[in-house]
Amino acid sequence: MDWTRILTNVVGELVAPTTAAYALAAIGLNVHFGLTGLLNFGQAGFMLLGAYGFAISTIAGWPIWAALLVAIACAVVFGLVLGIPTLKLRGDYLAIVTIAAAEIVRIIGRSTALTDLTGASSGLRGNSYKESFQALSPFPDGNTAIGPLEYSNNSSNSWWIRIVGWVLVALACLLVWRLKNSPWGRVLKGIREDEDAVRSLGKNVYAYKMQALVLGGVIGAVAGIIYVLPRAVQPDSMGRPMTFFVWTILLLGGAATVFGPVLGSMIFWGALLLIKSVMRSTVPAEVMGTQQIEQFGWIVVGVTLMLLVIFRPQGMLGDKKELAINAH
Amino acid sequence: MPTDRSHRQPDEAGAPTTHGATAVAVPSRADELRDRFAGLDRVPGVPKPDPIVVADHVTRHFGGMTAVDVDHLEVERGAITALIGPNGAGKTTLFNLLTGFDKPSTGTWTFEGRSLSGTPAAKVSRSGMVRTFQLTKALSRMTVIENMRLGATGQPGENLGAALIPGLWRSREREITAQAEELLARFKLDTKRDDFAGSLSGGQRKLLEMARALMSKPTMVMLDEPMAGVNPALTQSLLGHIQSLRDEGTTVLFVEHDMHMVRHISDWVVVMAEGRIVAEGPPQSVMNDQAVIDAYLGAHHGTDLGDDSLLDEAEPAPGATDTTPEGTR
Repeated sequence: MDWTRILTNVVGELVAPTTAAYALAAIGLNVHFGLTGLLNFGQAGFMLLGAYGFAISTIAGWPIWAALLVAIACAVVFGLVLGIPTLKLRGDYLAIVTIAAAEIVRIIGRSTALTDLTGASSGLRGNSYKESFQALSPFPDGNTAIGPLEYSNNSSNSWWIRIVGWVLVALACLLVWRLKNSPWGRVLKGIREDEDAVRSLGKNVYAYKMQALVLGGVIGAVAGIIYVLPRAVQPDSMGRPMTFFVWTILLLGGAATVFGPVLGSMIFWGALLLIKSVMRSTVPAEVMGTQQIEQFGWIVVGVTLMLLVIFRPQGMLGDKKELAINAH
Repeated sequence: MPTDRSHRQPDEAGAPTTHGATAVAVPSRADELRDRFAGLDRVPGVPKPDPIVVADHVTRHFGGMTAVDVDHLEVERGAITALIGPNGAGKTTLFNLLTGFDKPSTGTWTFEGRSLSGTPAAKVSRSGMVRTFQLTKALSRMTVIENMRLGATGQPGENLGAALIPGLWRSREREITAQAEELLARFKLDTKRDDFAGSLSGGQRKLLEMARALMSKPTMVMLDEPMAGVNPALTQSLLGHIQSLRDEGTTVLFVEHDMHMVRHISDWVVVMAEGRIVAEGPPQSVMNDQAVIDAYLGAHHGTDLGDDSLLDEAEPAPGATDTTPEGTR
């Protein structure tokens, strides 16, 4: 077994653009669930809309900043459309509506009627929209090795996308930290605990929930852009499983914490790769084939999530004391 | 509670013996209000000299059931008004309607001369009418001081944009914290400042909820069963707090089951039964009103409920009941 290669791959996975994208999506979900108590089961929908908004407007020839604004605007509109009918109702309704709405976005995106716009089920090829992003890179072309990791400077799976992705993650953490410790964040926390109490103290609960839904959704849309820049926009790769991975990451790291989503994403993708690589090199092919090891990895993820919720519901960074007191 | 039997001695309310320090300050304001109320008719919906809340034709139907049917109600400014009545009389529903937590089927009401009917709960609260809940709503996973800070108004940092720039809200936050600490000290919760609200006892949560409601300096507080589940020692201090609120000029309307407490601190009593207001009057005499005895205490008022002979009464055939009620009274 080649430990050096396996560990190098795992370290590479820790800083991969996908890990950054998922961390960002989980930060957005943390604004919904951790801070406000909103059950959003459609984070993948926000991500897919962000990806479509960015890619389609870039293909149409718009500059990168305009494409970014389009992606954000898509998330804002999606948040408002979801929030207006549901946020006055009990929390469960938002969960039902978001999971359905995210599926609607995906199914519309892959429908043949929109082939010219979205490329239907085959999606949009990465090369058709990533040029303007790569053009912004200050680095010369070529490859750079830092320690054991070597990537190209600018093309697809590059240092450039890694740097941008993790800088965005850092900015989002800063934003959440600032908001969480502000009076605005205090109102959200109060809403998470008991809406009616907050209402009786004169706060417009509906407006706060809407702000949280839109803000978390916008962070999700930016995560969607980071997710598709090294690959393609594939509607079917951004469906329900993606939403559940984001949830797993958030619960793994610890909801309502600032760095929980980041740590959760790194451990989720790092551990998954580690399990799969170790099994591939130790389990004989007659016992379990590559295909089965791939699936076994996900089984391990599922079992881990169950154990986590049972034995450490506050996640890795969460405050046990805060959770020990049962609300109501 | 040891005070259960006290409703047989109405005089006791006028002589607060166990009340200690607050009893010295109370009489002047209480006496003044007693004089003011003395000239009023003791009928449901009687006009008050200086009403802060005026409600007209307020009804609330749940399906075919009428929970609230209040023709006219006025609540006097600066007084403690008690709202009493048997279970299911519609007291809490009326509370929910007045504070915007429920929508009426019909009716209008004003608060300080402005119409509040159909106003959302948050706006009602901002206009100066703040409520507490029958089942305490302490925000469990927030600390006591954070609970208090949430009750304050005029914090610019509660806007998403301003929240990002601490310079815009730090000074107001310091004022709020000072005000919160002062209130916590008054309610003897200052030692719990940094504990999670969920770790407080039931009685302490009631105190916290009341203190939190006072953070916005309301002109009127609506307390829904402030004494439910509170031990007798804390009851005394809660009573003191409610009286000192009144003495500082705040209007108090509260729902309560504990008759001893109602008689002890309220200046005026409104009695509801089956959604209607059946009687109003000063606490010393309203309990003698025939409508109240019938509706609230039932036809067995004055009889010993432990008396075995009451059980015999249930025996006769249905046809015979028409003749019995008069005789048993």
